[in-house]
Amino acid sequence: MSGGTRLENANPVVFQRSGERLLTASEEDEDVHDPIDDREIFDLIRSINDPEHPLSLEELNVVEQVRVKVNDAESTVEVEFTPTIPHCSMATLIGLSVKVKLLRSLPDRFKIDVHITPGTHASEEAVNKQLADKERVAAALENSSLLEVVNQCLSTRSI
Amino acid sequence: MKEALVLVHRLGAHPDSRCWFVSWSPTGTLLASCGGDKAIRIWGREGDSWVCKNVLQDGHQRTVRKVAWSPCGNYLASASFDATTCIWKKKNNDFESLTVLEGHENEVKCVAWAPSGNLLATCSRDKSVWVWEVDEEDEYECVTVVNSHTQDVKHVVWHPTQELLASASYDNNICIYKEEDDDWECRATLQGHASTVWSLSFDPTGQRLASCSDDRTVKIWKEYPDQSGPGDVLWKCVCTLSGYHGRTVYDVAWCRLTGALATACGDDAVRVFKEDESSDPDQPVFSLAAQVTKAHSQDVNCVAWNPKEPGLLASCSDNGEIAIWRFQEEN
Repeated sequence: MSGGTRLENANPVVFQRSGERLLTASEEDEDVHDPIDDREIFDLIRSINDPEHPLSLEELNVVEQVRVKVNDAESTVEVEFTPTIPHCSMATLIGLSVKVKLLRSLPDRFKIDVHITPGTHASEEAVNKQLADKERVAAALENSSLLEVVNQCLSTRSI
Repeated sequence: MKEALVLVHRLGAHPDSRCWFVSWSPTGTLLASCGGDKAIRIWGREGDSWVCKNVLQDGHQRTVRKVAWSPCGNYLASASFDATTCIWKKKNNDFESLTVLEGHENEVKCVAWAPSGNLLATCSRDKSVWVWEVDEEDEYECVTVVNSHTQDVKHVVWHPTQELLASASYDNNICIYKEEDDDWECRATLQGHASTVWSLSFDPTGQRLASCSDDRTVKIWKEYPDQSGPGDVLWKCVCTLSGYHGRTVYDVAWCRLTGALATACGDDAVRVFKEDESSDPDQPVFSLAAQVTKAHSQDVNCVAWNPKEPGLLASCSDNGEIAIWRFQEEN
């Protein structure tokens, strides 16, 4: 992004948002243990704001429910995200926002892995390695200006 | 399994924060811990319990990543994400900040004292390793800056007896340094890990080095005389421990007293490996002697063997806890 004014991807394709989750009777029953499922994880991340456009990651198809894999018994969550263009310089920031959202929302027992959808970004390996390095993530989140940008992506937008 | 890891004590050391690292004092009586709460805590044994003796605050503005005791036990060095290294001096039962070493461009990831106590090494995300000289007046002077890695340097460790330094990096490599005409130079680059190398530990003699990585393996490297020239060093990987660790291996510790090898892993487990004594020194065999799969409720970041009490092991975790274990071998 040069000078912060020109958008890298000026006219992204906008996708339809998914509907509200329909609750089943057993889910509403407080006595039934219902494990955390893919849709629940997806609901946490779909409304994250894109750093460039006034659109959500779901509307840009950066995150999709089929690219979320949760295993409640094993306490693992895997999310793949798809940058809108292969040279998107915001890929690390988007990945970091997804990771931070899940770190803040899920119980501590979960191991959270956030990757780029294979084959969709020029620096896929480098971005994945950075997102997997918890020391770098911890240091990044102590940087107040970066934290502010992440918090903006995670803030609720009035539609 | 005849061997076992038995929990001795569990402490909430850095509440609501990560405990990144623990380090035993040379006499094994004190344990220093550091974490995301920017504090350093000093723990000591009182009867059957472990209590916090000191809290060292206000030294750092950001996470304290590692702490290291000087070989005499009178000084403590702390490395922080705030780009500085603090030197603390022990006075009676208190610690005072003696000096702050500045120079790294960003996060200092590790600090280590040479066995003589006259040299200190630091490393940083700025890709450099710095060697500092300490004089009798407690003055610290940087003698060398080495840029042998292409990415963050995660860890530095000194040889147990010689002035030989090793570093581990995000560039997947390990570098070995020696002093040459008042300058520290990288004399060997150890390639083999497929991802970030997080930590290193020399064996009791210093002839072998264990490394652990994001590639979920532990490698054992052995020093061989190099035919190409006198003074050069050649390190070969003689053993790879794979298939044991479910996630990133964050730390490895070789016990100076028993030769046991402990690991700290992102899969929440603490493991101890023992070397098969009958195995070929050029192809050593290590087997899993004991493990605690849920040693902590989150990632285990560090393991440290007590330097005086055989089998006493400390570990710490992302959940802010320290655990103290006893590795028991049955004969």
